[in-house]
Formats: sequence, C-alpha cells, structure tokens
Amino acid sequence: MTEEKILEINHLKKHFDLGKNQLLKAVDGVTFHIRRGETFGLVGESGCGKSTIGRTIIGLYNKTEGDVWFNGRNVHELSEKELFKLRREMQMIFQDPYASLNPRSTVREIISEPMEVHQLYKNKKEQDERVYELLEEVGLNRDHANRYPHEFSGGQRQRIGIARALALGPDFIIADEPISALDVSVQAQVVNLLKQLQEEKGLTFLFIAHDLSMVKQISDRIGVMYLGNMVELTESEMLYEKPLHPYTQALLSAIPIPDPDIEEKRERIILEGDLPSPINPPSGCVFRTRCPFAMEVCSKEKPEWQEVENNHFVACHLYNKNVKNTLDKDPVVNIR
Amino acid sequence: MEKILEVTDLHVTFATYGGTVQAVRGVDFHLNKGETLAIVGESGCGKSVTVNAIMRLIPNPPGRITNGKILFKGQDLTKLKEKKMRSIRGVDISMIFQDPMTALNPTLTIGNQLMEGLKQHHDVTDKEAKRRALEMLDLVGIPNPEERLKQYPHQFSGGMRQRIVIAIALICEPELLIADEPTTALDVTIQAQILELFERIQEVTGVSIILITHDLGVVAKIADRVAVMYAGKIIETGMKREIFYRPQHPYTKGLLESVPRLDTKGKLQPIEGTPPDLFSPPTGCPFTARCPFAMEVCDKVYPESTAMSDSHTVNCWLQDERAKKVLATMATN
Repeated sequence: MTEEKILEINHLKKHFDLGKNQLLKAVDGVTFHIRRGETFGLVGESGCGKSTIGRTIIGLYNKTEGDVWFNGRNVHELSEKELFKLRREMQMIFQDPYASLNPRSTVREIISEPMEVHQLYKNKKEQDERVYELLEEVGLNRDHANRYPHEFSGGQRQRIGIARALALGPDFIIADEPISALDVSVQAQVVNLLKQLQEEKGLTFLFIAHDLSMVKQISDRIGVMYLGNMVELTESEMLYEKPLHPYTQALLSAIPIPDPDIEEKRERIILEGDLPSPINPPSGCVFRTRCPFAMEVCSKEKPEWQEVENNHFVACHLYNKNVKNTLDKDPVVNIR
Repeated sequence: MEKILEVTDLHVTFATYGGTVQAVRGVDFHLNKGETLAIVGESGCGKSVTVNAIMRLIPNPPGRITNGKILFKGQDLTKLKEKKMRSIRGVDISMIFQDPMTALNPTLTIGNQLMEGLKQHHDVTDKEAKRRALEMLDLVGIPNPEERLKQYPHQFSGGMRQRIVIAIALICEPELLIADEPTTALDVTIQAQILELFERIQEVTGVSIILITHDLGVVAKIADRVAVMYAGKIIETGMKREIFYRPQHPYTKGLLESVPRLDTKGKLQPIEGTPPDLFSPPTGCPFTARCPFAMEVCDKVYPESTAMSDSHTVNCWLQDERAKKVLATMATN
C-alpha cells in the first residue's frame, strides 16, 4: 500500500428533495480519502448514508455539494464520454446477488456485457477466453458460462457479480454490502476471495457494510457513519482498541461476540431510542439525542472533523481542547 | 427438570413441481421449562420449518408433517384438530417473526392488534383488555403507552414495531415463546435493546423460549442450550458452553471458525462448498461432501447420536470407537 490517494472526497453532500419542502440529507458533509491498494471499510446502521456515498462516488447519483476526485479527475465534472471511460477503472459489486443478475441472461452474457459495451475484444473467441479466465479467478469453472443465474447458490451468484466487476480490469471496486445476503459459512468464502483478488491485482476496495466484525476483518481503515455524517475514522485495529466517538463505542459494544464467557462479562452500552429522521436531523451534533455524554454545546454547534491522534479522526465536542479540560472523566471507554 | 416440549423424529416434506423437498428429516429435541434454546443453522437447513411445524403453521398442501411427535405438556400437537390447535396458538405457544415491518397489520391501530388475541381467547371486558395492553407496552419499554395505543404501525420505528410484536405475543401469557430470527432485520444497536428485552421478559414471566438465529454472537449472549441444524437434521446439541468450547461435529467447528470476531483477527476459515440439495438428500451424513474428515462410511450410513455428556450429543462417525482407533494410530504414526 502506498500513500498515494486513489480517491479523495471533500465535504461531500447529497440531499434528496422529497417535495413539500422536505429535504432528506442522506450525506451531509463528508471528507475522507482512500489510498491506493487499501481496503476502506464504511460502516453504519441503515439510513446512515453509507450506500449513498458509494453511489455518489461512482456517479450513479449527482452530488449536491463538495467533490469527488478519482485518480486526479473530478468525477462529477466529467463529460459523458469521460465518465464512460471512468467505468473501466471503477466498478461496483451489489448487495443482493439475486436481484443484481439478469435472470434471462447466461453467465457468459452477464460477464461479457461490459466488455462488449467497451469493445475490449475484437473477436468473440478472445472475449470468451477472458470470460473463462474470470470465472476461474473467482472460483467457478468454464462450464458455468452457459448456465443461468437461478442455477447457482447465493455465494456462487456473488462470485458471478465479482467476475462482472472485474471484467474491465478496474483499479477500484465499490462493494456495497457484498456479503450481507449470504450465509455465514459462505460469507467467509467471499471475503477471502476478495482479499485474494486484491493481493493478485492490487485492487483498492471501498467495502460498505453494517457488520462491523466482518468489516474489521477485511479493512485497513474504517470510517463510521451516523445519520449522514462521518463520526470517526481510523485504522481498523485502532478503532477497536480505542474508539473515541460515543457512537462508535456503543456500536462496538452492541455487537455480540460468539464466546459465552466473554459475553457474560462484557459491559454493554445500550443506546436509548431510535435513529432520528434524516429529513429533520437534530441541530448541532446529530448523535446528541442518543449520546450518553451530550452537553449543551452539542445542540448548538456541529462538531468539527479533527485529527486527534495520528491518523485518527473524530467529530465530537468531547475531544475539543476547551471542552476536554472541563470533563471530570475520560470519555474513552473500554468496551471490552 | 420439567420438559415443556418434546419433539421426536419429526419429518416435514413439501411437494413441489420439481419433486418432494425433505425439509426436516427426523429431528429430536426437547425444551426445559424456563430455558432458552437456540436453534442455529444456515438458510434452508429446516430450522424455520421445524418451529412452524410446532405451531402447526405448515401450509398443507404443499407441506406435510409425515412423521413424528410434538409433545407439548404431554399432548401431541400433530394429532390435534385445527380448532383445538387454535386455542393453543397465541395462548400457550406464541411466535415472533423475523420482519416486524410485515408482521403487523397496517390498517389497525396497535391497541386493536394487542387486544385482539386477548379478546379472542379470554372472556375479558374492554376495560380489562386495555389495562393489559397498557401493561404489556410498558413491559416491552414503549414510552407514552396510552397515546401509542391509538397509533398505527407506520408511526413506529423498526425496533419499536418489534417490541409491539413481542407485546402481542406475550399478552396471553404463553408458556412457550418461539422467536424466528427476531433481530435479523434490526440494526445492531436496536438488536442490543431487543436482546436485553428478551432477557428481562424471561425473568419477569418465566417463559420458555426457542430462538432461531444464524448469529452465533446472539446465541452466546442469550441462549442456555444450543441445537445445530444442518440439511434437515440436528447434528449436535448441548449446553451453550459445550457447543462453543467443546464442539464435536466438524460442521459446528467449521461454523465457529468461519465467523469473524470483533476481538480477534486471523484468517477466516470458510467451510468450502454448499449444503446438499434436499430434493434428494444423501442417505449418509449430509455434511460428508464438505467435511475435511469424511470417511467412506459417512456417505453411506447416517451416524447414530453419541452422548458426550448428559446434555451434549453429536451425530458423527468420528465418535465411533472404530474411527477413534484409526485416528489414534494415525496420531502415533
């Protein structure tokens, strides 16, 4: 992994106009970058805006504000033609392997379609060879090329989806909940496949998921989102060792660990209440309505995105120097 | 310990155009009074079908309980007339489903849905029914119950809806509560709230719980005993710690190694392959094709259950004396 940034996102906002003067702030000012060759995990609960970020990066949604730089190009200012070319470098794997493959196409057609669109191969034979190669790379075999999606299990279908994403030889892949629809024993197969492909091809991944234990397994760095905002970002080990934001702490402590002895001893931070609506989010810090540490300042000012330790970013008033000195206890909670 | 439920040799099949699916193929288990039994397994292993059979909710046709007994407090539920079964469902045995979004009727207030069961089964006045409904909402932790009673499901969040579903299930004070993936559709912070709620209601009401889940973390948190299902059979069962710390079946071991843990890091060990097709299930052990220890006998004959302790049994040929002898000689060589 290098320090070179493959993707840079600055103050990205994506608002959806719902009519009747209602504005859904799905992503509300998010800044981060992804380094070439790393796996960046994006986690958060449903409705936090993680999928919207993925879709905005690849240009499926237009941004509202801010910008997305990919390999030195501003994604949202490219012409149709340039955007078309960009697709060869950036691809996506979707959550539902049942809905993301056309049931009326054979596996060969599904995987070769991107190649045809981009006219990568002059003749059918070369293209077919490439399809077989891809199938083998993802752990299927060439005989599968003539079959239809319904003949495959969920895990195998997700492999087909991965082969399709690889068809154009991209550098960067956005994987939006690629394993959530799969059974546990199969999830590990797909995750290991993604890791292996990354090593072989030097791919960069944006791995979007809600399952923090799996994200920690695969990611180098992790960003935690809550209600359209990034609340914390750091290396995956650090995030677990020393979560700073009260939301990250609660999220980590809410995940049950498959070990009865540990589960019995663990103290749990149970968050009260539910996620507020992103249509009318709380003022100031969006997490303050459920935060056990909420202070007066939290409702007035939106906390700044700051690097409190090396490579450890957090948006929380508790780590503001002026506030931190007045606290009577350390906000860093041991969640184990 | 008093057994509240005893299931023996349960078989359930579904007739389809493609043939007969043998969804449950001889399941034996029991539930002690006041305990939580978790049934774990992958999708399609028959765990939901098993509990639907207990509730007699298998649609016939195409489904059919072809064999077996389900003894609930001494009476065999498979033999009961539908009318009698109706007086048990929701009263003695209740069920919570996975998706709180579809489990509630969107056109009725939650007050109506709460009181419906109570009025159906018990001779209560409206006032008494309302009092009970308020009590239940309070128990499951819904603030402002008086106001909430008049609201419709769409006015509640997912977590709140699941609380209401739980309140509906408990209002007739059942002795057995079956929860089919009750937290799978919820976010983790909400799941944590609901799991706490399960622990609390069990403390308050003493209800026995069968919990279906594929999340081993949830099992570690709230189960007392665990039954592991694979391809329509229970392949291992034991106390929670026996299953987590001394798993005997290669599938149970594989399952435990294939889940990522928050507190450790290491390469995940997936179980290669996929479960067998239940249209024509293998005659022997269904895990043979994926098992790293498979022997010739495994494919041909289904292993008898071996008792590892009073509470721990496993169906695996590796427990056979002959296999042990071979393994021992292999180890010494």
